[in-house]
Amino acid sequence: MTPTSERASAARAARDPAEVPAGLPRWAYAPAVVGGLFVVVPLIAMGTRVDWSNYGALVTSESARAALALSLQTAAASTLLCLVLGIPMALVLARGRFPGQGLLRSLVLVPLVLPPVVGGVALLSTFGRRGLLGESMEVLGLQIAFSTTAVVLAQSFVALPFLVVSLEGALRTAGERYDVVAASLGASPTTVLRRVTLPLVWPGLLSGTVLAFARALGEFGATITFAGSLQGVTRTLPLEVYLQRETDPDAAVALSLLLVAVAVVVIAATHRRGAGGAVR
Amino acid sequence: MTFELAATVPSRGLDVRLDVAEGRTLALLGPNGAGKSTALGLAAGTLRPHDGEITLDGRTLAAARDGRRTTWVAPHRRRVALLAQDPMLFGHLTVRENIAFGPRAQGATRREAAARADRWLAAIDLTDLADRRPATLSGGQAQRVAIARALAAAPRLLLLDEPMAALDVDITPALRQRLQHLLAEQTTVLATHDVLDALLLADEVAVVDGGRVVERGPTAEVLSRPRSAFAASIAGLNLLSGTWTSDGVATAGGEVVHGHGAPDVVLGTAMTAVCRPAAVAVHLTAPHGSPRNTFRATVRSLTPHGDLVRVRTDRLAADVTPGSVAELGLAPGREVWLAVKAAEVDVYPV
Repeated sequence: MTPTSERASAARAARDPAEVPAGLPRWAYAPAVVGGLFVVVPLIAMGTRVDWSNYGALVTSESARAALALSLQTAAASTLLCLVLGIPMALVLARGRFPGQGLLRSLVLVPLVLPPVVGGVALLSTFGRRGLLGESMEVLGLQIAFSTTAVVLAQSFVALPFLVVSLEGALRTAGERYDVVAASLGASPTTVLRRVTLPLVWPGLLSGTVLAFARALGEFGATITFAGSLQGVTRTLPLEVYLQRETDPDAAVALSLLLVAVAVVVIAATHRRGAGGAVR
Repeated sequence: MTFELAATVPSRGLDVRLDVAEGRTLALLGPNGAGKSTALGLAAGTLRPHDGEITLDGRTLAAARDGRRTTWVAPHRRRVALLAQDPMLFGHLTVRENIAFGPRAQGATRREAAARADRWLAAIDLTDLADRRPATLSGGQAQRVAIARALAAAPRLLLLDEPMAALDVDITPALRQRLQHLLAEQTTVLATHDVLDALLLADEVAVVDGGRVVERGPTAEVLSRPRSAFAASIAGLNLLSGTWTSDGVATAGGEVVHGHGAPDVVLGTAMTAVCRPAAVAVHLTAPHGSPRNTFRATVRSLTPHGDLVRVRTDRLAADVTPGSVAELGLAPGREVWLAVKAAEVDVYPV
């Protein structure tokens, strides 16, 4: 970290003790604390249920290892797909000027409000054997439904709006003034995007990427509907947890904790790196 | 002419015609919202003309007829650099990298670009800060870097949009001098509402008001003999218009303003009389003696103006000492007489 960014992040974190908080009614503390407990207590409760003596064995079972590996691989692939599609989408939505832009912006949000199972059904109707595109793809020898590709598609479908929304917001906040200056210095639009726009919205892009990854990692409904639950092929960690809950509750809790740990690691890693990337 | 712009933008109420010769600086002088930034936007390529043509070095940058674009050069291919009120430095790059941005974007190698940046750093006396981040610079330093960054891109035309407006008044004189030096050979259009910017940096002035160029000419001439009300107000000058009669300028209000010298014009010619506020005396009763112009007026406001107080009235502005203000008991609403010696009044045809 450079001295600058250290100072910048310190300024963000440390409040001046002389400052009196405004716009904070005192009663807000009580429900805020309840809300905080509502999030934290279940996680602690889960921790108390873990069979620590057998933890190692539980999370290194063949099915668990296969599920974890598949989850990390598919979530990473989905995040990449979200970046490839989502960055241009956010750019077009934030910077483009064309009719129907507002409608398109609303449509992009649909997967966010749709029950994931419905998303799975929608994907099945598109890429399934007798789906809209699936039929012609089958002629070409491509079969997507109930494959690892289907897992990635299901995860991307639900995760994409997270990336698009947070990046579009960051782009709007950043405005176009820096881009105008960069272009006036002779930089082509692609150079401006690479050297100015993306560094400028880096915190937003990073948090959008993390959200998309986390959402992909936790995906359940669309995956089980569109990709099924085949060990090593489509059975990701959330599916494994759900399955084990019926047969081996201890394993389910252990694996759940593993998911929590992965989420914490990802968030912590990006939080530390993200603090240095902000642009004034 | 190196740069020529003749364009309309009806959505912004703009209809201007400008030109700048090689190596010269043209100041667009006007109040906020007059259309200065719109004119710069047309040159930079952030706005499209509805009608008209913009050329630089004989190359058409943009042309349109009745809203239909006939020629359009993308902003990054125009070689027109923009420097705004805020330095807008790229915060993720060092000072040197900021200045090297233009050369790099235009295809220079990393080493060439860095070398060019270092030359500019020396030119603005900030070599010591080459590796610093913009966030650690003072406002004046940041604006100097922004100037160097714009010039390092070797623009054929430099656009300055109120480059001094966001800075502390203490540091603007130094920066203005530096700009004066750096812009000597640079073809520049400078948008400003500050008469000092125009006076010190520009060879020519175009006064923009209501989206139109209302007056233009060599800087000294426009500022000393302004014809438009805006130019007069910013130049700090009083302006009275009327028609020429045998003994002076007859205003619409029926007064005759006496000036010095006899312009070689026929009776009835539209004329303007100009005087500096410092030449206007304020009295509580009608003054007598010597050939003077006197006006009955009501005080509108009192504002500090250097060591003096500028008394604005419904007629002319007068600069008086704080002592006189107290002595005369001047306050808004007060009825006064204003007097100006004929020798202090310039008259010229419009």
